[in-house]
Amino acid sequence: MKIIVCIKQVPNTTEIKIDPVTNTLKRDGVPSIINPDDKSAIDVAIQLKEKHGAEVTVICMGPPQAENALREALAMGADNAYLLTDRAFAGSDTLATSTIVAAAIKKLGADVVLCGRQAIDGDTAQVGPQIAEHLGIPQITYAAAIDYNEERNSLIVKRQFEDRYQTLEVSGQCLVTVLSTLCKPRYMNVWDIVDQDSKEVGKITFADMDLDAKNIGLAGSPTKVQSTATKQFDKTIETLELDPEAAAKAIIDALSKRHLI
Amino acid sequence: MAEYKQLLFEQMIKDFAENEVKPLAQEIDEEERFPIETVEKMGKLGIMGIIVPKQYGGAGGDYNMYIRAVEEISKACGTTGVILSAHMSLCVAPILEFGTEAQKAKYLPDLASGKKIGAFGLTEPNAGTDAGNQQTVAVEKDDHYLLNGNKIFITNAGYADTYVVIAVTGKAAKGPEMSAFIVEKGMEGFSFGKKEKKMGIRGSATCELIFENVKVPKENMLGQRGDGFKIAMKTLDGGRIGIAAQALGIAEGALDETIAYVKSRKQFSKSLSAFQNTQFVIADLATKVAAARALVYIATDAKQKKLPTLSVNAAQAKLFASETAMEVTTKAVQLHGGYGYTREYPIERMMRDAKITEIYEGTSEVQRMVISGALLRK
Repeated sequence: MKIIVCIKQVPNTTEIKIDPVTNTLKRDGVPSIINPDDKSAIDVAIQLKEKHGAEVTVICMGPPQAENALREALAMGADNAYLLTDRAFAGSDTLATSTIVAAAIKKLGADVVLCGRQAIDGDTAQVGPQIAEHLGIPQITYAAAIDYNEERNSLIVKRQFEDRYQTLEVSGQCLVTVLSTLCKPRYMNVWDIVDQDSKEVGKITFADMDLDAKNIGLAGSPTKVQSTATKQFDKTIETLELDPEAAAKAIIDALSKRHLI
Repeated sequence: MAEYKQLLFEQMIKDFAENEVKPLAQEIDEEERFPIETVEKMGKLGIMGIIVPKQYGGAGGDYNMYIRAVEEISKACGTTGVILSAHMSLCVAPILEFGTEAQKAKYLPDLASGKKIGAFGLTEPNAGTDAGNQQTVAVEKDDHYLLNGNKIFITNAGYADTYVVIAVTGKAAKGPEMSAFIVEKGMEGFSFGKKEKKMGIRGSATCELIFENVKVPKENMLGQRGDGFKIAMKTLDGGRIGIAAQALGIAEGALDETIAYVKSRKQFSKSLSAFQNTQFVIADLATKVAAARALVYIATDAKQKKLPTLSVNAAQAKLFASETAMEVTTKAVQLHGGYGYTREYPIERMMRDAKITEIYEGTSEVQRMVISGALLRK
C-alpha cells in the first residue's frame, strides 16, 4: 500500500496576534507547526504501515522553510518526503493549491491519499476534497477512525458527524480527510530524528509536473479577498448587588436578552 | 544538515518534558514514587539510548542531545532528570567506553530501549568523598569473582537491572587494587537494603546494595583488573555533566515559574515585576543561569570531542550549575513569598531538588579539589 499524506505548515495560532492596522496576521517570530489535523493524518498513516505494511510519503507545498515540517514527519517515522516549491506557486488559493498537489500525487503515485480535514490558518476544508476531484477518486471526509481490511484490501473509515457516525468501506484508490481527534499524534523519536539527517527531502517544481501555468498561482486563483476585519470585543462590566435568587434571575434575563440562552 | 537533527530533537524533548514529565512532577514527589511509566515512554522514544550506537540498538545520537534531554526534563522534574542521568552517564556510558564487544552486545540493547535501567555502585558508608577507601571486595575463584560488601545511596537501585559496581580485588603499589564489574539484578546473593527518605528528588529510588557471596562471572569484569578506580573517576567526569545539566534545568524551571509569578502577583496595586528589587533579582538570576548554561555546553563539547580538559570542564560546570540552582531556587521561593513556601506551587520542590546537585557525584568541595588539583599540580 502506498500512502501519500498531504500536510501544510501553519503558524502556531495559539501564539499569533493580529496587526490592528493592516488586519493581517503578525507572522514574525511566530513558530510554525504542522497543521494539527495533518499531524494526525501522518500518525494514522504510520499506524497503517506498522500494522499492515505500507510506504508512507509525506508531501507539502510551501516555501523552502516548509522543509522543517517534512523533516518532522520523517522523524515521526514517515519513509519519504517531498516539498512542492516554486515561485510559480505563490499566491495560490485552495483551487490552485489542490491543482498543484493533485499533479504531484499523480507523479508520485498513491493507493491512499490522506489529508487533514482543514488548516487552522485558512479553515476552509476545501483542499482535500478538491484534490480528490482533480484525481477523479472517491473521497471520505471527517474521518474519526481508519482501519484496513487485509483480506478485502479495503479501508474502513468511520466518519464523524455532529450527532452520529457513519462507517464506510472503500476499495481502490481513495482520499480521506482526517480529524485531529482521530489520535494523539506520536512524538518524533530519536532513531528517526538521527536517520532523517541522511535522507533527502525531494523538491518538486513546476517543471517536474504536468501543469498549465494559467491554473496555478495568482492566475489560477479565482478567490479574491475584498477586505479583512478584526472583530472587536467591547468589555462592559455591570455590578449588581442582589440576593441569590434575584441574582440568578438577573443573570438569566441578561443572557436571554442577548439571545445567548 | 546536522542543524535539523538538533532542531527536531529540541522540539521533541521540549514537547515531551512539557506534556509527559511536568504533569507528574508534583505527584511523584508527594508520593515518593518512581515514575516507571515515564521511563517506559522515554525508552520507546529512544531517549534512554540516545548515545548508544545503532549496532547496539541505540539511536546513534550524540552527547549533546543527551545533555539537552537531561536539561529539558529536569526543567519540569528533577527526579526524572536524575533517573536518565544516572542510567546513561553512570551505566550506559562506562559499558560503552570500557566494555568488551560481548559485554556491549549483551547489555546495551536492553539499556538503550529502556527495557532495562542502569545504575552505578561506588559510594559506601565509609567511602563517600574518600572514594578510594572501598570495603567491598571481589575475590577471584575459579570462573568467577566472589563479591561481598555493600553500597549506599545508589540512584535507580531496585528498579535498575544492570549495575556497574566498583570493588577491591587485591593490593596495588599504592593502596588497594580496584576493579569494575557488571552485576545483574537477580544474581544470587545480591539484594537491596533500605530505601532512603530524602529531602528532594523524592521520586527517584535511592537504596543500599547488599552483596553476600555474589558469584560474578569473570567475563563481567569491566575493563582490566585494577582499572576500577580509573573507570570510576572517568565515569564521574561524564556523570558530572549530567548532574550539571540537571541543576541547570532545575534553575531554568524555577526562573520560568518565577517570571510568570511576579508578572501576575500584585501587591500595593502593582505587579511584583514592577518593583526594582524584583527586576534586579531576576536580572542577576537569569545572568547566572546563562553562565551556567555556557559552562555545561563547554563541558558537553569537551566530552563529545574527548578533550583533555574534560575533567576540569565537567567539575566547573557541575560546581557552578549546582550552586546556581541552589541560589536561583532559594531566591525564587523568596520572590514567591508565603505561597512559595507552600506545596501549592512547584518552587519549594525545585529548591529541595536543587540541594542534592551540590552533593552527589562529587560535592562542591570535591569539584574545587578537582579544579585546583589540575591547576596547581602542574
